[in-house]
Amino acid sequence: MSQATEAGPATARPARLPPATEQGALGWLRKNLFSSWGNTITTLVIVALMAWFAVWFVDWAVLNAVFTAESGQECVGKHGACWAIIGAKFRYIFFGSFPYEQHWRPLFAILAMLAMLVLSCDRRMWSASRLAIIWGVGSVITFLLMLGEIHIPVTLIFVVALIAGLVGYAYRRRVAENAERLAYIALAAIGGLYLILRILGVVPGVAVPIALFSYVETGSWGGLAVTMILATYGLAFAFPYGILLALGRRSNLPLIRGLCIGFIELIRGVPLISLLIMASVMLPLFLPSGTSIDKFLRAQVAVILFAGAYIAEIVRGGLQALPKGQFEAADAMGLNYVQRTALIVLPQALRVVIPPLINTFIGFFKDTSLVLIIGIFDFLKTASQALVDPLWTGFPGEIYLFAAAVYFCFCFSMSRYSKYLERELNKGTQR
Amino acid sequence: MVALSGFAGVAHAGPDLDAIKARGQIICGVTTGVTGFSSADSQGKWTGLEVDVCRAVAAALFGNSEKVKYVPTTAQQRFTALQSKEIDLLSRTTTWTLTRDTALGFDFTGVTYYDGQGFMVPKKLGVKSAKELNGATVCVQPGTTTELNLADYFRANKMTFKPVVIENVEEIRQAFFSGRCDVYTTDASGLYSTRAANAPKPDDYLILPEIISKEPLGPVVRHGDNQWADIVRWTLYAMVEAEEYGITSKNVDEMLKSDNPNIKRILGVTPGMGKALGVDEKWVYNIIKQVGNYGEAFERNVGMQTPLKIERGFNALWTKGGLQYAPPIR
Repeated sequence: MSQATEAGPATARPARLPPATEQGALGWLRKNLFSSWGNTITTLVIVALMAWFAVWFVDWAVLNAVFTAESGQECVGKHGACWAIIGAKFRYIFFGSFPYEQHWRPLFAILAMLAMLVLSCDRRMWSASRLAIIWGVGSVITFLLMLGEIHIPVTLIFVVALIAGLVGYAYRRRVAENAERLAYIALAAIGGLYLILRILGVVPGVAVPIALFSYVETGSWGGLAVTMILATYGLAFAFPYGILLALGRRSNLPLIRGLCIGFIELIRGVPLISLLIMASVMLPLFLPSGTSIDKFLRAQVAVILFAGAYIAEIVRGGLQALPKGQFEAADAMGLNYVQRTALIVLPQALRVVIPPLINTFIGFFKDTSLVLIIGIFDFLKTASQALVDPLWTGFPGEIYLFAAAVYFCFCFSMSRYSKYLERELNKGTQR
Repeated sequence: MVALSGFAGVAHAGPDLDAIKARGQIICGVTTGVTGFSSADSQGKWTGLEVDVCRAVAAALFGNSEKVKYVPTTAQQRFTALQSKEIDLLSRTTTWTLTRDTALGFDFTGVTYYDGQGFMVPKKLGVKSAKELNGATVCVQPGTTTELNLADYFRANKMTFKPVVIENVEEIRQAFFSGRCDVYTTDASGLYSTRAANAPKPDDYLILPEIISKEPLGPVVRHGDNQWADIVRWTLYAMVEAEEYGITSKNVDEMLKSDNPNIKRILGVTPGMGKALGVDEKWVYNIIKQVGNYGEAFERNVGMQTPLKIERGFNALWTKGGLQYAPPIR
């Protein structure tokens, strides 16, 4: 260095490059993989193992594989994979016992749910009205396709009006114009009035039927559509429910706090399987003869209750991580409970708990496969059902690899989204 | 009251039968997938020996074997599903025992498949009979009646064995096919489907002729509607009876012209049987035409032409040394 200063400015003589073995790809290799005898040997052994496995895998999965066959008999005795079973079975694996000619219906239902999920992931859609529209339209499309016909009770519409009116009023009371406030009050009043009349029996309960396709009952559903409905709606309902439970658990009112703690601990104290068996085996025995609640709906509710309790505990972690000053500052601003919770507390609390939340979501997406013990055929069950068809017995490797690949696509996307969300929401604290 | 309406028989159908007729469809509980007995094919349609029983009942009652809704049930929930009226009929590898027939409030209406505990060995062992298994290593699931039967059998024959006790079914198959034990024992139907589905080379394995326990599998209905139970019972008998008289799905139309008074009665050419049972006079014709006789159903689903390769054995007709015997339809 001292020579350079004597010879004048650094630009006068171009700096010499480091030796070839210290830079570029070669340098990286030397530094990271071959820096000592021990590391060199380790690298070579691992590379050899990987190469051996890759050769074996390509040999099995591609070179010797059977891609088309009429039945499993044609694959017997071959050394490669029998991908023909996927070709023969993929429609059953994705759609289960849904009527064969109408498989496009669950296909579009799955696409509708995916669209709903992808749209909800975009931060620009994160407002109550936009989310309500996305999920409302998406759900109607999904269930219209799956069931063929849906009956929307008029009562439900008025209940939604009542809730929207009440929440809107509580939330915007201080800041809204008079007209907006009146609109909320009117909405709540209409909803409330109808409900009172309905309870008194003055107006009859009517349902608006929408029937576009032939009716397919939930018992015929199966495959990816079932897994996605259970996971999507399970978590969509469990998430707000879990937040309410978490807030309730930190409430100052002993009755609410006690109920929430009792519920959370009770649900967390039993395995999901026992909840599902209760819903499927015990519940029908207690119901009066003749009445029955759809088995799929029972399983869905069990999943929601279970996921809700876990989400509640995660959200509570976020609430407790929040400095007390934030609550006090919100109080000092004159915000009421709803405003404080929605504007100050939850946005910060939820941001902290994104990694454990997504972790739970990924876990629950896979846990939905437990419904097979009550005879509901989810994606994993339809995949393994392909193995007991006498025409195609004996290729579990191919089927389970395929199922694993599909599960991986879903879970890996969720994991990447969580990563993106963490970065996005923590921009403010990273500068 | 319920029993009375059942006894009234033809004049007044029971509560279950009324509900089924009003619905226009039988709801049949099946397994969640057992090769050859009930499984869903590539198009999602249920097939198998026990599924054929459901189809036959629908053919007898509605003249259409497609009027069945299948509800997959697991071992834990199958009885509740029947008790809580979620299903009308359980046709699902269920062993007929006294307690299930009485205390649970069910009626078994016959035997679709005479199963029993058997032994599977590799052919290279050179064993032809279970009596030659002295000193063998036996793979068995713990805590089941299978384990007790095994011990009893070896003690009764003054032989010894080394048990390899493994809880998980997948692991036990793995252990057997990798040679950790000489013998694998469970219900014979399970041995056949394991051999078909899991053996690296099914032809290298032999299922020994000895059957050491009784596992009669049959359709089940709940108490309370004797006429419905009769229809299910006689549907299975009709399939067996048709095989005995050589009536098949192929020749049933010619058989209508037969002079044999038995065949005339069975196929409803001489009326009376259908009326007595409370179904259409052509009930057996519909069963045989659409589903086939017992032998056809057996061969199609689990017989020697299928990957399961089960011999008729106990399930042959009584005239051929088996146990399948139907009371006369007259």
